This record gives sequence, C-alpha cells and structure tokens, in this order.
Amino acid sequence: MPKAKTPVAEAAAVEEDFALHSLQEALDADKRYKPSKEELLHFYEQMLLIRRFEEKAGQLYGLGLIGGFCHLYIGQEAVAVGLQSALDGSKDSVITGYRDHGHMLAYGIDPKVIMAELTGREAGISKGKGGSMHMFSVEHRFYGGHGIVGAQVSLGAGLAFAHKYREDGGVAMAYFGDGAANQGQVYESFNMAALWKLPIIFVIENNGYAMGTAVKRGSAETHFHRRGTAFRIPGMSVDGMDVLEVRKSAELALEYVRAGNGPVLMELNTYRYRGHSMSDPAKYRSREEVQGVREKRDPIDHAKAELLAMGVTEEALKEVDKRIRAQVAESADFAENSPEPSAPELYTDVLVESY
Amino acid sequence: MAIELKMPALSPTMEEGKLAKWLVKEGDEVSSGTILAEIETDKATMEFESIDEGTVGKILVAEGTEGVKVGTVIAMLAGEGEDVSAVEAPKAAETTEEAPKSDEKKPAESGTANLASDLKTARDPELPRGTNMKTSTVREALRDAMAEEMRRDDRVFVMGEEVAEYQGAYKVTQGLLEEFGPTRVIDTPITEYGFAGIGTGAAMGGLRPVIEFMTFNFAMQAIDHIINSAAKTNYMSGGQMRCPVVFRGPNGAASRVGAQHSQNYGPWYANVPGLVVIAPYDASDAKGLLKAAIRSEDPVVFLENELVYGRSFELPELDDHVLPIGKARIMREGKDVTIVSYSIGVGLALEAAEKLAEEGIDAEVIDLRTLRPLDKETVLASLAKTNRMVVAEEGFPVCSIASEIIAICMEEGFDNLDAPVVRVCNEDVPLPYAANLEKLAIIDADRIIAAVKKVTYK
Repeated sequence: MPKAKTPVAEAAAVEEDFALHSLQEALDADKRYKPSKEELLHFYEQMLLIRRFEEKAGQLYGLGLIGGFCHLYIGQEAVAVGLQSALDGSKDSVITGYRDHGHMLAYGIDPKVIMAELTGREAGISKGKGGSMHMFSVEHRFYGGHGIVGAQVSLGAGLAFAHKYREDGGVAMAYFGDGAANQGQVYESFNMAALWKLPIIFVIENNGYAMGTAVKRGSAETHFHRRGTAFRIPGMSVDGMDVLEVRKSAELALEYVRAGNGPVLMELNTYRYRGHSMSDPAKYRSREEVQGVREKRDPIDHAKAELLAMGVTEEALKEVDKRIRAQVAESADFAENSPEPSAPELYTDVLVESY
Repeated sequence: MAIELKMPALSPTMEEGKLAKWLVKEGDEVSSGTILAEIETDKATMEFESIDEGTVGKILVAEGTEGVKVGTVIAMLAGEGEDVSAVEAPKAAETTEEAPKSDEKKPAESGTANLASDLKTARDPELPRGTNMKTSTVREALRDAMAEEMRRDDRVFVMGEEVAEYQGAYKVTQGLLEEFGPTRVIDTPITEYGFAGIGTGAAMGGLRPVIEFMTFNFAMQAIDHIINSAAKTNYMSGGQMRCPVVFRGPNGAASRVGAQHSQNYGPWYANVPGLVVIAPYDASDAKGLLKAAIRSEDPVVFLENELVYGRSFELPELDDHVLPIGKARIMREGKDVTIVSYSIGVGLALEAAEKLAEEGIDAEVIDLRTLRPLDKETVLASLAKTNRMVVAEEGFPVCSIASEIIAICMEEGFDNLDAPVVRVCNEDVPLPYAANLEKLAIIDADRIIAAVKKVTYK
C-alpha cells in the first residue's frame, strides 16, 4: 500500500495538475466558438477553397503538370482555417512542414500563385524554384513550407524568439504532424521555448499516420497533447474536424501565450483522406476507415449543416461552391499557361549579396 | 624526500600561465585537496590543488609572475618528518623542460605542436596608409567584432552554450554579457540542433543572430539547419526569405583531444551553395571578416581555430574595420612558387616560405580567408606569375579545399602550370590521440617545404 500523501504534497500536485490542464478544462467547459452567420460562411468558403484547390492539384499531378512530392490537405481543412482565423495577421507568424497549401490558402494568399508554384512556373510564389513543399510569404508572415520533418518546430521557436526579442506582441504558430512529433529537435525546442517563455503555439496535426505508420505503431505516448508535460507546457486535445472547436481552442491558447506564460501545445485530431503524398497508395488503412470519417466527421459537411440550420439556403451554398470552382479553375488555368522560369533564374537568389 | 610542485597544464593547449595568487604560505600544512594557488591561463583562472600531504617549503615563483612555463617548479613541499628549512630548491637548470631529471620522462609533445608558429603576418597592404596598429589576440579581435556590431545594430545577439555567464568556453564572448545583458547574450542548454534552428528561425524573423558552437564538431548535430534551413531558403523562396545568421566557433584540430573533437569542416560547408564560408587566420582578418559576416544578408559559417585564439597579431585601430568577403589575401609576395592555404595553415605556409627563402626559393603565400565564394582570380593570377603551386590544408585530403583549388588550376590555369599542383593535407585517418601519432597525422612546415621542392624540381 502506498503511503497517503501529505495534504501539502497533495495540494502542490493538484496545483501543478491544474496549471498543465487548465486550458483543456477551459475548453471542455465551453468547446465551441459561437460565430455569426457571416463568420461561419467565411470559414466554410475557406475550407471549401482548400478542398477544391487540393482536388484540382491532385488532378494536375495526375496529368503530369505537377511533379515531385505533393502532399494534399484534404480532410484537415478545419485545422488551418480555425486556427489562423484567430491570429492577428499584422503581427503573428505561421510556419509549417511540407503539407502547406492549406495554410497558405487559409491566410488568403492568392491561389493562382500557389498553383503556379506547384506547376513550377515563374509566376509561382517562389518563382517556381521551391515547389509544393517550399512556399513562403514574408508579406503574410508565413515562413514556409519546410521539407525536413520537424525542422519547422525549431525554426518556429526562432520566430517566437524574434517576437519576444522585439517585444512586438506577436505569437508564432508552428504546425507539425504526429510523425514529426517524434523528432528529437521538437523536444529541444519545447525545452527552450518553456525555459525562455517564448510566445509560441505548437500545433500537432495528428492525422493518424506518419506516412504509412499508424500513430500507435510509432508512438509510445499517443496522446500528443501530454508530451509537453515534462517541460511544463500545458496541452489541449482538440477535435480538428470541427472548425468552431478549433477556433475556440486557438483563442484560449492565444490568450494564455499573449499573457506572457510561454508556450502551449495543441493536438488537433484530424484525418487526411488522401495518401501521405500523391505517390502513396495508402494501403495501410481500409477503405471503410476513410469512408467512415468522410461520412461522419467531414469538417465541410459539418459546417454546411450548421449554416443550413442558421438559415442559409441551399441555393446560396451552391453559389459559393460554383464561385470557388471557378476560382480554382482559373488558378489552374493560370498555372498551366504561365511561362516556366527563364534559364538565367537558375543562378539568381543563391546569395543575396555579391562578393 | 621533498616534493617539487610544478606549474600544471590546465587545458589541452596551455603552455604557460600567470601565477595569480598563492593561497598558502611557507610553513603551512597541506593535504590532498588543499587549494595551493590560483593560476591564470589565457582562458580562465584555475585553482591548483595539492595531491600530497606535507608542509609548504620554499615558494620559488612569486605571485603575480606572468609567463610561467608549464613544468616549472613553483614551490617545494616537505614530506612528513622532513625539515622544512632544509628543503632545497632545485637547481635552476633542472626547472626547465630542456633538462629533465634523469629519472623523469619528458612530457609527450602534442602533434599540434607542428602547427605552432611565432611568425607575425605582414601588414595588410589593403589597409589605409598611416593606420595605427595595436597588438591583439585573435580571441580579443573576435570579441571586439561582436561587441562593435552589437553596439551598431540592436538586432544582433549572441547565443550558444556557455557564452554568457561562463564568458565563453574559449572566452571569445568575454565581457559581452556585462555590456549587453541577458536578452542579447544568451546561454542555451546543450541542444545544438534546437538552438541552431532557433537562431535560423530568428534570422528568418528579422534578427541578426550570431550562433556560437562550442566547437564545429558539435555542429554536426545541427548541420541540417545550417544547410537545409539556412542555406537553401533564399533560393527556395525565390529570393523572398533571407536568413542573415552567423554560425561561428572553433574548427579543426585542437590538441590531443582525439578524433571526435578534431576535424576541419571547411570543405563540408564550402560544398553548399547558399552559404558563405569564412576561415580567417590573423587577428585583423578575424575582426574585419566577422564584422562583415554579421552585416551580410546571407547565412555565414565562420570557422575559427582554437590553437590560434591566443596568438597575437597587429590589429588596425580603425573605428570600423570591415573587410570584404570573398577576397583572398597575399600574405607574402614571391615569384617561384605559390603556397595557398587558409586558417592555421597560413602560419605554416609563411614559416615554410621563410625557410625556403634561405635556400633561394621565393614563395608567394596566399590566405584564401573565404572558402565560399572562393577567390579564384587571386589564385589564378598568382599561378600565372609563379607557374607552380602547393596547397597546404590542416584537414583531410579527400574532397578538400585543396582538391578544389587543384581542380580550378586544371580547368582554368592549365596553360600556366609548369608542374602538377601538390596538396599537403593531414593524413587520411581519424585524428589519433597518441602524441607521436597525432604529430605524424598533422601537417607541418617541413611537409610544405618538401612539396615545394617537388614542384620546383629542387
């Protein structure tokens, strides 16, 4: 029989527990953001834009217009849209890995320049020199677009360091997957971010699979939101398929971080409908599993049902869908017909200065 | 039997030090663990502890004495039952290394003794005429470069292991914490991958980080961020996202520290487009190029050398001594042969050139200073003049800077070659610990001289 804890020890334990779980408790007490009709419609449009854009990208890949690696965000739309809707675009910064199209679209970056980057054209956001995995918009404080699994976590901590150093009030948001969550540098960054109270939100997009490895086959602790506990970073487990819960959780996290308390770790439970990349046949999961999520948890269907319940008409939503399809078709057209980079571009941008 | 207390070596590279303070006096009883004295090396003040029991006899070196050679007898200790007053100081001749007592072994000389050089570099002709010069160690020059840039630009900060409160593992950041405070001089935990990423991210976010690696051997843990994150982002973003970060620290062989702490990574980084790689030799170049590196919009790998930190050189007294990146320096003019080198190899090349001059061979010595972008023009112009070349590099021979120089000479200077270019590099083995093997592995002036004779057919 273990000895009973002393009252003091128990109180301390409870307090510690409270600090690490306070955000989760606040979220559990009131899970969903309450949007106006216009706000929800806006979220819906953004999610739909990502879905249609990615479907088109998949199609262009199949036609050979997009090469290399191409990681689609289909199924995960509510995560980027819900989180980024809560950020202050004038000062906060965002960084992610290679599955980055959705995060850029959620920031309102023109789909034409994103699609043109996918097709490797001069008009692309990286002049065609980055490709699907390497896109950036310094103007929007979107810092990429990184191809090495987990690198964006340390880099994001660096962005947070810069916010704190400059005292500009900004918060960095670093997205990474359940696979990246097992990289060593993630924990090095957790340690320093907590030690120095950096203004950063670590966002684990847990889509269930690190490429082909199911979470339970690759992770000893599958509840990723607990992984900050060793560094005294409070965690939150969030339904990443519900844009309103995502938005609400982002507000709680931002309030905590902006108050100077240091980092928060969010686990967004989500799902990707497509393979890891375009070349992944996704044989590691059943068709039924994918179909089940599509039918029961789809973030766009979910938002649509709520919009209808709020009194938005089917016709109005059809109009939205039509408009977005047209926008995506236009961006694909642009991306197919823009010229490739001129040969001298090969040698530009290697270094900024001439020596 | 009285015990001789000798000046201890308190770091792998220490050759002499200052006896800062005696903490015991003649007649004191001491036992193992008693702190006898404080000794200042060029890096730190260290305590010297007794390992024997006894009574302090004669103190032979007064406190405050500078330049006390390692191995010098500094005091005598009388053992149990001995008469302290009868304990004699050893004869003067016996205190030096040259005349060890017959029953004593001479301490093993490190292989990096090969690399020692007392030669002073000539004044850089590029400096404005009439510039006042002062003497400075490379260590001080580097510190001053950082301090000046931090005063000039508040985006500049220094981050690394032991850079702040400890004053730098090699004392390069000495005094910076005091002047700039803990928000700009930041101690990190021992997590190279993580803090290299944080520094790179901070540069992307608009700051000017100077990231110190305790040595570049440890930067292997962080090389992903140096190459994949820092070097490639500007290109991958079509010129949108810059990364003006400086990664700096000691590189190359130190002294008797074994294979994992003794590698020159110059060729590794110089292989990567998107990086600037600088490896200076003397204090003037160290200061002028570090200032340029901090101001550069590009990511810079700045390779220093522990064995050179303590060497003194002439340093110009200019308000703002900034040198151009990507320009080699002719350290010595000559007409018969060109010796190309960089970093610590430059000292050996100059030493070789002096000895060759005595034999009537007039060698030109080029210090590359920047390894990427490489100053081909200066190398090829010298080749056109001398028609013969040796490349001296303290590092592995395979896929080295020497290999690159040779390739450049083949491709662009073939018609000017009167003999094949020869490289003088370390042996192609991990650096051994044993003093004799280390000495065999590392380049020295004699090997450069032999190579020069080969290409001049002497």
